[in-house]
Amino acid sequence: MNRFLRRLATALIALMLAATCVVHAIDPLPFRDRAEEVRFQNLTRQLRCLVCQNQDLADSDADLARDLRKEVFDMMRAGKSDADIKHFLVARYNDFVLYDPPLKPGTWLLWFAPFVFVVIGAIAILRILRRRTRAAVAASVHAPSHTEDDW
Amino acid sequence: MLPELGQFALILALLLALAQCVLPLLGAWRGNPALIATARPIATGQFVFVTLAFGVLSCAFLTQDFSVAYVAQNSNLALPWYYRFSAVWGAHEGSLLLWVLILNVWTFALANFSRHLPDAFIARVLGVLGFVSLGFLAFTLFTSNPFARHLPALADGVDLNPILQDPGLIMHPPMLYMGYVGFSVAFAFAIAALLGGELDVAWIRWARPWTNVAWAFLTLGITLGSWWAYYVLGWGGWWFWDPVENASFMPWLVGTALIHSQAVTEKRGSFRAWTLLLSIFAFSLSLLGTFLVRSGVLTSVHAFASDPKRGLFILAFLTIVVGGSLTIYALRAPKVAGGKPFQMLSRETLLLINNLLFACAAAMVLLGTLYPLIGDALGVGRISVGPPYFGFMFPLLMLPVVLLIPFGPFFRWAAGDWRATLRALTPALVLALLCALAAWLLVGALPLRGVAGVGACLWVGTGIALYALKRWREAPRGRRYTPEMLGMICAHFGVAIFLAGVLVTEATSVESDLRMAPGETKNIAGIDFTFKGVAPAQGPNFRAEQGVIEVSRDGRLIATLNPQKRQYSGNAPVQTKADIRPGVFRDIYVALGESLDDKGAWAVRIYVKPFVRWIWFGGLMMMLGGFVAAADRRFRILPTRGEAPAPSAAPSALATGALAP
Amino acid sequence: MNRLLPLLGFFALVGLLGFGMWWNAHHEANEVPSPLIGKPAPEFALPLLYAPSQTLTKKDLLGKPYLINVFGSWCATCQYEHPILMAEAKKLGVPLIGMAWKDPPAESQRWLQQFGNPYDTIMSDADGRAGIEFGVYGAPETFLIDAQGVIRYKRIGMLTPETIASELNPQLAKLGAGGR
Repeated sequence: MNRFLRRLATALIALMLAATCVVHAIDPLPFRDRAEEVRFQNLTRQLRCLVCQNQDLADSDADLARDLRKEVFDMMRAGKSDADIKHFLVARYNDFVLYDPPLKPGTWLLWFAPFVFVVIGAIAILRILRRRTRAAVAASVHAPSHTEDDW
Repeated sequence: MLPELGQFALILALLLALAQCVLPLLGAWRGNPALIATARPIATGQFVFVTLAFGVLSCAFLTQDFSVAYVAQNSNLALPWYYRFSAVWGAHEGSLLLWVLILNVWTFALANFSRHLPDAFIARVLGVLGFVSLGFLAFTLFTSNPFARHLPALADGVDLNPILQDPGLIMHPPMLYMGYVGFSVAFAFAIAALLGGELDVAWIRWARPWTNVAWAFLTLGITLGSWWAYYVLGWGGWWFWDPVENASFMPWLVGTALIHSQAVTEKRGSFRAWTLLLSIFAFSLSLLGTFLVRSGVLTSVHAFASDPKRGLFILAFLTIVVGGSLTIYALRAPKVAGGKPFQMLSRETLLLINNLLFACAAAMVLLGTLYPLIGDALGVGRISVGPPYFGFMFPLLMLPVVLLIPFGPFFRWAAGDWRATLRALTPALVLALLCALAAWLLVGALPLRGVAGVGACLWVGTGIALYALKRWREAPRGRRYTPEMLGMICAHFGVAIFLAGVLVTEATSVESDLRMAPGETKNIAGIDFTFKGVAPAQGPNFRAEQGVIEVSRDGRLIATLNPQKRQYSGNAPVQTKADIRPGVFRDIYVALGESLDDKGAWAVRIYVKPFVRWIWFGGLMMMLGGFVAAADRRFRILPTRGEAPAPSAAPSALATGALAP
Repeated sequence: MNRLLPLLGFFALVGLLGFGMWWNAHHEANEVPSPLIGKPAPEFALPLLYAPSQTLTKKDLLGKPYLINVFGSWCATCQYEHPILMAEAKKLGVPLIGMAWKDPPAESQRWLQQFGNPYDTIMSDADGRAGIEFGVYGAPETFLIDAQGVIRYKRIGMLTPETIASELNPQLAKLGAGGR
């Protein structure tokens, strides 16, 4: 009985989510000017909707998303900075709400690993190249003459 | 009756796949010509039965046989016939059957268009492909049977998801799979070469056209997907770095490195390890993508319904295939770096850098896509990784590539003359800087991305044009442009167009959500939009509310757009259908929101997106380049014994050698 | 060794994916854990559902632990949680306070009339503002708040007899409260 309940609950939630989470919200807000609108768009594009978890806050049509967009708008009007607004949401909803992962020890791997790969790869390549260059010098390789077809 | 025939056909195909996997590999190992000779006929037989099964499923859809559960879940009586056909691959079971079908299409093509290749080698290649097919057929039959019946048959089915009722869906998955699955051929070639202990690199020449065609199809599939998302989903975006999008992008990145690496290995004998590994990785990433989409491990809008049993099966299969191939690599890969030596500044080095950067980009996308999982595993909480991360990292990693692309064709093999190249490229540099400056000065407040986009486009585009010109002037008539070179020129030009599209769109797109009353006009980005109200409309299987918006500039009417909100039958949610006025230099895009009051005011979203079509033009040109390059007759000539480069790095044998064209 | 690296890297990947599958089987995929656990509950001042002129604030509730259950008449899952609350609420030994979230008060009242009222007190958060402060993102959700006003536990999704036994009751016991 209980496992059934749990599965039922999950199915119901999934159904509700599926029903709403395809539509993109069109939510006119009374912006003062273009700059404010652009700032709002940029900010809400970096935030994730908790209900429709595959959409950002700018696009999600969920009720909560509308409420949170209004929250963000009000905070912007109140003079809060982008960082303040993000901090407000993270304090209540978890780092999950940021599409831009914050730089903290838990995400060092994420932010630095690609560069580490490139550096390691570059060092490995340099070593390979030096070995090859020595071989090339030994073979006195020169650029093929101009008339030779290079393909 | 017919669905059972389809299932039976699949079972027969499974048995044939088993035979295809075991017999030729056994034959090649033992040197038994009879067993080796079974490879091609068995592959053809498997193809026939899989096609039959797919045909039966399509028939079930077209005749609307709702006794088949899969048909009942994905189509209903009101569905137009052309979507009934594409509904075959609208959900998990059918798309899996499509996967298997396309794998067999490639296998069949390989079995029949490779008469000039050694039988033992082809036997191994087909054997490997047989193993892959075996796994997927087993997966289909045991966990995802599309022919399962639902008795008693329902009178009507559930409608196909309205988002999927679109021409884009008809094309996008098949093209994507042609690419995705097509990398299995390069994979099979690599494994066959490793198994056979082929030290020489002749097999690379045979593998190249197949790999180029697969890559071109994948490019097409991704381009179609992006374009389709743009016009169907009503959000004006064209790429979201969604896990499933990334699942197709990673093989593409590795595939791009692969086609370049294959060129080096074929012509110079170098980078054998890179080419082997990239061949394995490209297909591994395809398999990984299949796993990610169907296992439910990551949340994604694209993902098929997840089921842990299916996830485990694919994970096990993935482990066997990739783990097995990497083990074979560890055991059999060439121990000594081979090929002709080259200097620090040479085309080889540039392509090595290319390999590194594309491989790192693929690793970065993988890291970002899987990081939520890693975050859970490390206990650092639920981390989301989205466009801000990928959109920052990817351009950064690709920046060196963009800067170095024009150098590639100019640098010669073994030793490039950087001074001469810089001289040759100076016009490109100057033009790029001038146009970037002009763009910055002429367009008000153009963000750096836009300026960079203009500059990058002209740098790459002019660079490749200058090379084409050089070739025209210097090469003897009749041998100016081989198809391979033409393909390269076309594809690199496509890169230039793509860069302009992406960067300029991102820099200059304007989006606005507006409240519009009937008769009201608003001006966005210098264009006037007049809202004329909303009226009911009717489609073949939906009812809609259709808005009328007149678009004009300086008083002259440019277009009348009709965005809709569609209500499909059943409990489907209302679907927003945007209307777009496409243009070479600018798209105008309007989507309808909801009614805001009872006096006829509606919420409307308007986009003005300059240069957005260039993104897909660029993709198409890259695809075209891939196809053209594959058509080079040179790849179909079986090399004679003397031509293949020797495996050892002995300089004496190589100093004077140059591959005959 | 060089040639073994790809294989080893791949095994690490498979390990991660296997972990992912295990994690999925044991956790709700879409659940977002709350960062407010162990932090003071937000200040709130909400009208009572049945007596809108009166307000319930956080200060009123300090001094002993209590549960806040977020629900709404629009919430389908709440209907399944409801009988469990009706049966178990009294046994928990702490007050069960309902928060009607994003729900017109008339609708909440109608729903409770239809299904019964398991709550000791009910407050109405019609515009959802208090819910945002609590980090509510769906219904039903249940918060356990201790005598000092610190959030100790949050249940996302419906309470079931199993979760009450395995998760909620131990938390209650830790606070020295808790039913039989």
